[in-house]
Amino acid sequence: MFKIDAQEVNLFYGKMHALKNVSMQVEANEIVALIGPSGCGKSTFLRTINRMNDLIYGVKINGNIKIDDNNIYSNKVDVNELRKNVGMVFQKPTVFQKSIFDNVAYGLRVNGITKSSVVKEKVEKALVQAALWDEVKDNLKKSGLALSGGQQQRLCIARTIAVEPNVILMDEPTSALDPISTSKVEELLLELKKEYTIIIVTHNMQQAARVSDKTAFFYVGELIEYDKTPKIFKNASIELTQNYVGGKFG
Amino acid sequence: MKKSFLFKLKEGFIESLVFISGNLAILIVFLIVFFLFKEGIGLFNQQPLEEGTAIMLNPTNPIKELKPEEIKQIFEKEIRNWKDLGGKDEPIVLFTLSDVDRLFTLEELGSSFEYLPSKIGEYIMNNPGVIAVFPEKYLPPKIKKFHMKNISLKDFVGGKEWHPTATPAVQLGVLPIILGSLLVSLGAILFSLPIGLAVAVYLSELAPKNVHQVLKPTIELLAGIPSVVFGYLGLALLVPFVADFFDLPVGETALSGSILLGIISLPTIITLSEDAMKSTPSELKEASYALGANKWQTISRVIIPYAKSGIISASLLGIGRAIGETMAVIMVTGNAAVIPYLLDYEGHFKNPFYASVRTITATIASELGEAPQGGIHYQALFMLGCILFIITFIMNLIAEGLNLKKR
Amino acid sequence: MAFKKKFFQGFAFSIFYLFSFLVFALVFAILGVLLYKGIPAMSWEFITKAPEDGMTKGGIFPAIVGTLALIAGASLVAFPIGILAGIFMNEYTYDNWVRKFIRMITNNLAGIPSIVFGLFGMSLFVNTLEFGVSLLAGSLTLGILVLPIVIRTTEESLKFIPLDFRLTSYALGATKWQTIQKVVLPAAFPNIITGLILSISRISGETAPIMFTVAAYFLPKINLAWNEQVMALPYHLYVVSTSGIDPESTSRIAFGTALVLTLIVLILNLLANWIRKSMSK
Ligand SMILES: Nc1ncnc2c1ncn2[C@@H]1O[C@H](COP(=O)(O)OP(=O)(O)O)[C@@H](O)[C@H]1O
Ligand SMILES: [Mg+2]
Repeated sequence: MFKIDAQEVNLFYGKMHALKNVSMQVEANEIVALIGPSGCGKSTFLRTINRMNDLIYGVKINGNIKIDDNNIYSNKVDVNELRKNVGMVFQKPTVFQKSIFDNVAYGLRVNGITKSSVVKEKVEKALVQAALWDEVKDNLKKSGLALSGGQQQRLCIARTIAVEPNVILMDEPTSALDPISTSKVEELLLELKKEYTIIIVTHNMQQAARVSDKTAFFYVGELIEYDKTPKIFKNASIELTQNYVGGKFG
Repeated sequence: MKKSFLFKLKEGFIESLVFISGNLAILIVFLIVFFLFKEGIGLFNQQPLEEGTAIMLNPTNPIKELKPEEIKQIFEKEIRNWKDLGGKDEPIVLFTLSDVDRLFTLEELGSSFEYLPSKIGEYIMNNPGVIAVFPEKYLPPKIKKFHMKNISLKDFVGGKEWHPTATPAVQLGVLPIILGSLLVSLGAILFSLPIGLAVAVYLSELAPKNVHQVLKPTIELLAGIPSVVFGYLGLALLVPFVADFFDLPVGETALSGSILLGIISLPTIITLSEDAMKSTPSELKEASYALGANKWQTISRVIIPYAKSGIISASLLGIGRAIGETMAVIMVTGNAAVIPYLLDYEGHFKNPFYASVRTITATIASELGEAPQGGIHYQALFMLGCILFIITFIMNLIAEGLNLKKR
Repeated sequence: MAFKKKFFQGFAFSIFYLFSFLVFALVFAILGVLLYKGIPAMSWEFITKAPEDGMTKGGIFPAIVGTLALIAGASLVAFPIGILAGIFMNEYTYDNWVRKFIRMITNNLAGIPSIVFGLFGMSLFVNTLEFGVSLLAGSLTLGILVLPIVIRTTEESLKFIPLDFRLTSYALGATKWQTIQKVVLPAAFPNIITGLILSISRISGETAPIMFTVAAYFLPKINLAWNEQVMALPYHLYVVSTSGIDPESTSRIAFGTALVLTLIVLILNLLANWIRKSMSK
């Protein structure tokens, strides 16, 4: 059984056909990288996995996506519950105007976990996992916005894992960071992989090569090729893929 | 953990409040229209008569219709014979409460005037040329009230005389008042549009950053000053100045109102025109410079034409602001409800701005307090409110439409 | 040719400079006159005493209190409804005809002359609902008058919050309302505050809407209750300056009142501007 199983997903923004028959399977504890020129539908596909596209006016989706064999587009699914189980990290750090502690505790609290001892324990655990604990443990009350960009992104990751999701989606999580912060986040990804299944959109080929197990190449709404990362980067079976990873366009 | 039922209920409740509040503006505008018309519309079901009075004529009198101004002329003895009104050649005999002591003795009337109605009746029957005006409670048993034609929209909007408390027939012509509002606002815009545009051009194209940082808040400051303060300053300073400078007997004129309203509408015009000019795409400006145009040519031939609809919309909103302004005009325009004619009795030109005028807003504000609720005067004031509402509403819609077109 | 071009530009620009300077000078002249003529009236008694001797002596205390009461009452009406309506506009409508229609209606509501609000308040609140000429009727009328300001600034402030913040919150399992309440509103709050302050300043300065719904000509005893009339600064200024009993002494009182009223309103405006500026940094 696959962790995530997308079958023939088609998505329309109004009349614009943004995803065309995309099928993709992801196994548990894998990191999958999504690559492709901008505007090809990577973010759109990512957002179908936690039904974030539901929030956009005029979006139509058909096809099937299963997580742990449950169809997430079925009427019975509680969308909030689904989104809790499928965490998401964005390109720019989205730190709320709250203290570091309250940022991480946010997801717990909105999900009804309010007992302070439990919250405290889970916040600490998440910050440790996100490799941020040592840097912030003495000023948890400080505003999250006072942290550096790299720290903010790790705070966002901590906040995501605090609610203990199954899957983490990341949309270019390091493109706004400096190289040192980027490598810290990459290390963190390899660490998190032990517990989570991760799908990451990236513009950075080296990053995809460094961290992912599989790579999916998107082009104008279609999934062109999806295979083990070394195969995609060394001998892709489709010329378009070879050209893209070889830097001939993009 | 699933969200509990109670939690969902609470959110559902809050979200319905959000929904209701969001649509409340629509309801409010609807209510405003409804209540203005509800209070005002009764006017057109009424005779132009003072509350509770009745007019009676001798039954043989063939006159079918009397207009309020004719009644006024009768009472002012300007009309003395029914033939002037298209009736028989019969002198008009006025008969009102004030004639009662002269004509009847106390015994004839009874100790508590119980015989008054029948005496009135007799007198009317005996005098073919009579026109009698009495409170309805003294209505004689057999005589029918004379029915004046109900007030029509045409009489109201086209009428030239505004005497809402005249007796016995009220005159409710709002033409001078509407013209007063238009005149004052026209004057205001003549004054504020050129100045406002000049400042807007300066702010959007010429002002160095630090000047902008000072001038812009200053103009916002001007927008913040309450209109009653403007009114008072106008009364205390502008009115005497206008009287002096233009050598007028009184300074409370349309001119004072226009100057004051011009100042009040300046911030609206400046801010909105500046926004419109600032939205000119920089490619257009660059293209103009690239063709060798200088700054002024670019402003006058590229930026202003591009911002035209925004500027028109700003002017409309400025006029709307001026027409709707109450406190400033009520204190400086003198409030005379006469038509600001361009020619005097001898046919010479006279400047209407030097005359005292009364606007829609000032009329409502100064008279509503004394008009008995539900009475004809009260209804007429609400009808004036409707007219004001319609004028400003249309202007806002046009202004809005012009803005939408650009976007 | 080049000379003509230059000449026209110079001429046009001098007019722009001149008018801009004149407007600038005008504002300061107005403020200067208010200060110059108003300051002599200022004293502790003026602020803390009731009017005396047919309003030719004494102070304006009851009018200050009345204006504060109206601010409180109208805010109570306009703030919750306006903020919720702003939320509705930005979070619960899409960029379609519903939003455009409501926005058009709101803009038109903002453009309705204030005397029309006075008529409306008198008809609905004073007469139909039988609140009488009262603090309640006046607060409702003024509250409705400033509603568009609150709605618009709330909507604008919410628009500034990037979509990703909302998405992040949803991705953590929050519901829409949780997201709005805990993420969006706190972030937009500083900007919303400026709108609230601007509407308070508007409430304090309006005369026409309160003339027939709440304002008392002379009511030296302070008796704050929903069904009571109150005095108010702007109406007091109107009354004092047009009663014309004794122009010499009323002019002192009138300028004093005008100064106090203008200061209240301008300080509120400056505060709002300052908050907006310091937030946008
Ligand atoms: N909310 C939206 N409404 C309409 N079109 C959209 C929206 N989001 C994305 N698109 C369009 O869908 C296509 C795919 O976008 P996206 O998934 O963001 O691409 P990527 O992340 O690969 O750069 C693009 O052409 C984009 O313009
Ligand atoms: Mg993207």
